[in-house]
Amino acid sequence: MKNRIHQTFGHLAAKNKKAFVPYITAGYPDQTVTRKLVQVLAEAGADMIELGMPFSDPVADGPLIQEASSVALKGGMSVLRFLDLVKDLRDRNLTQPLIMMSYYNPLFRFGVKRFCRQARSAGLDGLIIPDLPPEESGQLRKSADAEGLSLTFLVSPLSRTVRIKEIVKATTGFVYYVSLAGVTGVRGALSVGLKEKVGQVKRLTDKPVYVGFGVSLPKHVQEVTDFADGVIIGSAIIDIIRQNSGRMMYQRLKEFAEAVSRQTLRERK
Amino acid sequence: MNLPDNKGYFGEYGGRYVPETLMPALTELDLAYREVKKDPAFRREYGYYLREFAGRPTKLYLAQRLSNHLGLKLYLKREDLLHTGAHKINNTLGQALLAKRMGKKRIIAETGAGQHGVATAAVCALFGLECEIYMGEEDMRRQRLNVLRMRLFGAKVSCVRSGSRTLKDATNEAMRDWVATAGRTHYIIGSVVGPHPFPMMVRDFQVVIGQEVRRQIRNQEGRLPDFLIACVGGGSNSIGLFYPFLKDRKVSLFGVEAAGEGLSTSRHAATLVRGRTGVLHGSKSFLLQNFDGQINIAHSVSAGLDYPGVGPEHAHLKQISRARYYSVTDGEALKAVKLLSELEGIIPALESAHALAYLMKKNRDIKKKSMGVLCLSGRGDKDMDIISEYMPLSQSQQGGR
Repeated sequence: MKNRIHQTFGHLAAKNKKAFVPYITAGYPDQTVTRKLVQVLAEAGADMIELGMPFSDPVADGPLIQEASSVALKGGMSVLRFLDLVKDLRDRNLTQPLIMMSYYNPLFRFGVKRFCRQARSAGLDGLIIPDLPPEESGQLRKSADAEGLSLTFLVSPLSRTVRIKEIVKATTGFVYYVSLAGVTGVRGALSVGLKEKVGQVKRLTDKPVYVGFGVSLPKHVQEVTDFADGVIIGSAIIDIIRQNSGRMMYQRLKEFAEAVSRQTLRERK
Repeated sequence: MNLPDNKGYFGEYGGRYVPETLMPALTELDLAYREVKKDPAFRREYGYYLREFAGRPTKLYLAQRLSNHLGLKLYLKREDLLHTGAHKINNTLGQALLAKRMGKKRIIAETGAGQHGVATAAVCALFGLECEIYMGEEDMRRQRLNVLRMRLFGAKVSCVRSGSRTLKDATNEAMRDWVATAGRTHYIIGSVVGPHPFPMMVRDFQVVIGQEVRRQIRNQEGRLPDFLIACVGGGSNSIGLFYPFLKDRKVSLFGVEAAGEGLSTSRHAATLVRGRTGVLHGSKSFLLQNFDGQINIAHSVSAGLDYPGVGPEHAHLKQISRARYYSVTDGEALKAVKLLSELEGIIPALESAHALAYLMKKNRDIKKKSMGVLCLSGRGDKDMDIISEYMPLSQSQQGGR
């Protein structure tokens, strides 16, 4: 059975649209606001939504997501509450795929098999675990496959061809291309040679390749979606949430998401 | 059986849990390390600096008055006499030489007590390498003197203000730096933690401690010791001492962790004694964590033991019951500082004092009159501010003897 992620791949292809995948940290600034933010993003054109399950020591993340994680944990975010949030969103008829981004330890502690079972019944569709390379992922792959959850592994600009082949093979969702050697964060410019690197990955797989890390502005999106199948935007969105509150926050986020979404919709030649 | 296996596992502990961007750097490091391990020229050069720069071999000293006091025959392995004041230099010399061979121009490191930072900054000065040390704000305050020493060696000390502002967070920051700079930068991890090959490589650079002890004790006693004891934070001085004796089943191995303000409180750093299996900083091992897999903030009066993780090889030694692990409180460690100072004229680092404090407690593991070796991993000069906060050392309160 196809999960929502694979169905979305189909819809996007039919519409000739590239994927816009916003990231927000679950529980930042609090759990109720997170739910509303997901709904705003969904209405503003997000094709899938990446929800961060915060971890105390997020080594792949820059200051913005570190801070958001810390606030979310202080507010009581936990694996069980995360799953409740997913279920709540599904109960409110959210149709977009939901992908969890977290680190391995919270899953490991919860029990990988137990997590995958509960995640599926809550309505989660995929997982991204940046500190879990394919060689350490055996247990998770087995459980995720059994429950029909997609697993996304990350390709870095430093990954060589042999390595890229292993990563794309292990991936059952979209391939996540990390646009730069570094942590997540807002950057003013895209990294040099991005187009060529993404092209290299695309030649090695039929799976969609999305680009994330340092993709911050609508103009980046326009450029990236010329050669990639989608974009993932995290820190820039967390920054909007951080700098605004109340109605203004939802409004700004909506405007940003719509601007990004427009860049993924335009007609191709 | 040689551990770790080729995936970096010691039994079920170890491995390589890192962002993909670091995988090529770890593969490169693993290859380079395996090459130098076989290379006699590297071993010669490393041996030269250990001897001439660091001051090896260190003495194995029979602490007579302390032995009488404890009812034991206790030798101290004097790692405190090494250049920069602790065993950390054994590892930083090895890794800096390796980094040079790999053509890396820049070195980064994390530090807790500052001993690893100082040892890293010193070798970077020695070999002309650019150096940046990540240190928690709280530790910079506790170990002010070491911050000044690092700066004098020309290192940049970067203050880490996230999380608990101690070793765990300094390690996070160093890893984030490395993710962005691995091409020209080598990350000198200071203990037997982190992703493969670090736990193996750091151990190999520290086994010189145990190898010397083995030779020295045979000369002095004509037999192997009944027990070995050392403090365990990440676990590098203890694994260095234990490793050459792992197959000698009659030699008991004891690791002593920091119980901080007590195991019944949340303020301790006794990872092996109280932790559970998990994944942090690149490997699977024991961790102090909550039920939800979030890492707890560790506490110890000793900044060098103030870490919620522990080397995967120790987790393995605990699991197979080859070594036993205990803990002592801040107060017990401070009493040990006082005892060693008064009986032997040696001020131990707060870290090393934990090992001695265990011998001062009533315990069933160590028979009276047995002969053992305690790794005095570092000297206490750096801790004088903290020590004087806890005990009266002003002139008026001092009695004569």
